[in-house]
Amino acid sequence: MSTTARIERHLYDVVVIGAGGAGLRAAIEARLAGKRTAIISKSLFGKAHTVMAEGGAAAAMGNVNSKDNWMVHFRDTMRGGKFLNNFRMAELHAKEAPERIWELETYGALFDRTKDGKISQRNFGGHEYPRLAHVGDRTGLELIRTLQQKIVSLQQEDFAETGSYESRIRVFSETTITELLLDGDRVAGAFGYYRESGEFLLLEAPAVILATGGVGRSYKVTSNSWEYTGDGHALALRAGATLINMEFLQFHPTGMVWPPSVKGILVTESVRGDGGVLRNSEGKRFMFDYVPDVFRKQYADTEEEADRWYTDPDNNRRPPELLPRDEVARAINSEVKAGRGTKAGGVLLDVSTRMPAETIIKRLPSMHHQFKELADVDITKEPMEVGPTCHYVMGGVEVEPDTAAAMGTVQGLFAAGEVSGGMHGSNRLGGNSLSDLLVFGKRAGEHAAAYGETLSKRPKVSTKDLEAAVTTALAPLQRQSGENPYGLQQDLQAVMGDLVGIIRREGELTDALKRIQELKLRVANVGATGGRRYNPGWHLALDLRNMMIVSECTAKAALEREESRGGHTREDFPAMSPQWRLVNLVCSLDDGGDVHLERKPLPTMRDELIQLFDRTELSKYLTEDEMSRFDANAESTEAK
Amino acid sequence: MGTKRHFRVWRGDESGGDIQDYDVEVNEGEVVLDIIHRLQATQTPDLACRWNCKAGKCGSCSVEINGKPRLGCMTRMSTFEEDETVTITPLRTFPVIRDLVTDVSFNYEKARETPAFAPPPGVAPGEYRMQQVDVERSQEFRKCIECFLCQNTCHVVRDHEENKEAFSGPRYFIRAAELDMHPLDDRDDRKQYAQANQGLGFCNITKCCTEVCPEHIKITDNAIIPMKERVVDKRYDPLVWLGRKIFRRDELEQEVPTPAGAAAPFSSARRAELPDIREDGKMNVTEITLDTQGGPSPFGDQEFPMPADRLSYHKPEPQD
Ligand SMILES: Cc1cc2nc3c(=O)[nH]c(=O)nc-3n(C[C@H](O)[C@H](O)[C@H](O)COP(=O)(O)OP(=O)(O)OC[C@H]3O[C@@H](n4cnc5c(N)ncnc54)[C@H](O)[C@@H]3O)c2cc1C
Ligand code: SF4
Ligand code: SF4
Ligand code: FES
Repeated sequence: MSTTARIERHLYDVVVIGAGGAGLRAAIEARLAGKRTAIISKSLFGKAHTVMAEGGAAAAMGNVNSKDNWMVHFRDTMRGGKFLNNFRMAELHAKEAPERIWELETYGALFDRTKDGKISQRNFGGHEYPRLAHVGDRTGLELIRTLQQKIVSLQQEDFAETGSYESRIRVFSETTITELLLDGDRVAGAFGYYRESGEFLLLEAPAVILATGGVGRSYKVTSNSWEYTGDGHALALRAGATLINMEFLQFHPTGMVWPPSVKGILVTESVRGDGGVLRNSEGKRFMFDYVPDVFRKQYADTEEEADRWYTDPDNNRRPPELLPRDEVARAINSEVKAGRGTKAGGVLLDVSTRMPAETIIKRLPSMHHQFKELADVDITKEPMEVGPTCHYVMGGVEVEPDTAAAMGTVQGLFAAGEVSGGMHGSNRLGGNSLSDLLVFGKRAGEHAAAYGETLSKRPKVSTKDLEAAVTTALAPLQRQSGENPYGLQQDLQAVMGDLVGIIRREGELTDALKRIQELKLRVANVGATGGRRYNPGWHLALDLRNMMIVSECTAKAALEREESRGGHTREDFPAMSPQWRLVNLVCSLDDGGDVHLERKPLPTMRDELIQLFDRTELSKYLTEDEMSRFDANAESTEAK
Repeated sequence: MGTKRHFRVWRGDESGGDIQDYDVEVNEGEVVLDIIHRLQATQTPDLACRWNCKAGKCGSCSVEINGKPRLGCMTRMSTFEEDETVTITPLRTFPVIRDLVTDVSFNYEKARETPAFAPPPGVAPGEYRMQQVDVERSQEFRKCIECFLCQNTCHVVRDHEENKEAFSGPRYFIRAAELDMHPLDDRDDRKQYAQANQGLGFCNITKCCTEVCPEHIKITDNAIIPMKERVVDKRYDPLVWLGRKIFRRDELEQEVPTPAGAAAPFSSARRAELPDIREDGKMNVTEITLDTQGGPSPFGDQEFPMPADRLSYHKPEPQD
């Protein structure tokens, strides 16, 4: 009891875990609904991962090509995800993204403009029309700063009214949540520590929104930061929620490969969208050899046509460099494996021969800067060396599409952003994440606020649970001579990178699962030297527990899914199978803390949505049964 | 494959600490942050430092490297001599929490005190129309990654804790300038506000902030000077103007205090600008009376007035 008596307690209506785009947008909405809202973030305010997004936010505003609309965007998203997406999420996303982007302008965002003064939109892999609202190549920074400043402006309003900036919305920065606390099946609060002091805190709230981002830190070559340890995924599992699509990880085709210390850092897709081309060490523009049948109609087969597309997109097909990310990543992987890569194991991405130096500096300022500073390469003069890097997890908390409420046994838990699953299916299109954050962040905030109102009494945190949370959190410090967490993290990264990477095989996946079990035992004995104040060793020791569960989900689901689709490639099952398209793999935790995997049917697309596609395209994805249903429906609509 | 190099890292917390010596392996292409990570992984798991993106995008990893405010992730080891000792210390202007991590909450408080964007009334979302040339001025300032290196460097607060209350610092001057130049912002008192409430007058254009900005934002030329100029415009008084030009410095009525520790090479203890608006309603336009600004910058002398071709600011046309 004495251990818990001194814990700082706070009461809120809505607690948002995560201060990236999704978390901030959710918090704004909860506060606008009049709720007392807390925002928790592992790093400082404004530093979340969203800050690193470069290319843009996809929204069918039709500013550059007026043929664009939500239906085209919906189609592209489903195609990109290989039809495994939750169709309702993809629909809501395509419909609501433009409003969410326009709203940002009323918060003060300054996107790049078209000639007639509207928001400019750029081409991006997998999008049929120029669709990404952008600011140079620092769109994520603009997005997070805008939301951050909107929160400040709400705090200023509250200050004017109540005399306190924090009366309705408070940011707990550098604070990590380690446990969600329940009252029966209902969320009652979140428990965590201040990184700065190591002191514990308890936030009591009937509704919690997870917006914790992704899991990339389990891989060695990744564009993700230390924050991405899958905390939200693991918190959800432990609270009784379910995860879907965990086998699908996006390897971004173009990460830096040299120098070694920056291996993995992202080279934005806009480099290709703006005219950059990929060549192997023999100088060949190899992407033309890798256009899969399903995409033949949309992609050019000669360099001449591809080059014309940049200026005349209506009469030419797009260059194959702009294929969805998984295709490009696999193509690069094959080229390197076939011995046509560079010494450092990459291929060449070139803009220097494609446009004048001033244009490069104007359009890709932060890439120019990044290569200059980190690799001493001037991209206006030389090509960049690039290779695949772990970038984004499509899988995540299974949610109810309209409300963002987590499925499973838990109530009062919501999830938005990268931590949620379903929206992107087996592969996410570039630019669809930033808009996803806004669309579902808003929805999560709105519905979390509304959920609280339906309760007749506040769920209560039990002292026993709180004590257990404290004990777990302190455990690594009690084992000062336990194993070094950094070593363990490296071992996990090696297992995931080598055995559950871009190309997967049954034997390796089984092996990976065995090793993860061994690692789990070692994590139970991990130690942290030093005290509680700002101690990164201790923090990592606690994060490792989450990384293990999430990695286990990925490996298990990858072993189960015997086909190749989007961000999941099985060497032993190289084809995409219409039967597997009907299946979602759902992870939950069993009583022993191990991952339990279940198959669940994919929701069926509504008729008016499926009819947005043409028959030949659908026939590449759907089973014969589904196709005959499609034909029957098409006939009956015609008859009407 | 790597070579062992010598590092000195400040370790400690608010109760005190000292510089400790380490020998660490350095490989080709590495940056200072890699070395800190290697230290954590091999020798000192509890060494505290902030970082996120490792690509100069988040502004978390600000430290002082050999006395200069830098981003750890953007400082390549190859910029040092092979046998050079590299000393890493926390930002000096903010209170230390532990090791290389400082309490930067000062900046978040100042952010909160800077009035937010005021949306134009009657313009619906989706109806905002702006020309690229007009947004570019503000976009330059929105590149800011909030690394707070400029805040750390500015002598007005670096050695003068007492100025923190009244002085928002360069990061928030560019925020004010950004909104002032925003084509649709509905407030027209940004510059007056900056003078009256943000302590713009303390700034004596030493340009140290511009020099450390990793985003290469021209903080002084493009934000501070225009903000000052425009305030001067409003209160332009030809006599004072002329007077300033013909008096020599030693003939001016105000004594210029000699700062303590001005001789130390890395001290940024420089005179703050004298109060902006004197009791008689006139201003000290120090830019015009001084040949150098507020004593030497640790990064070399600044010339003033600035050559006109380096002022890239153009006053926006009035909008209807
Ligand atoms: C280099 C790079 C470039 C990208 N470019 C694009 C692009 O051009 N277009 C696009 O659409 N997408 C892009 N993405 C993807 C996109 O940026 C991310 O998917 C998106 O930003 C995720 O946002 P989020 O709000 O879900 O989470 P994040 O922004 O990652 O925020 C997660 C938050 O949760 C907090 N958190 C995590 N765990 C805890 C815990 N236990 N306790 C408390 N707080 C916690 C973190 O501190 C952080 O504040 C890019 C990603 C990367 C890495
Ligand atoms: S110019 Fe000098 S005094 Fe003015 S804000 Fe920058 S560092 Fe401070
Ligand atoms: S203006 Fe430059 S130095 Fe200052 S906080 Fe922003 S990015 Fe950093
Ligand atoms: S780690 Fe993000 S700027 Fe250095």
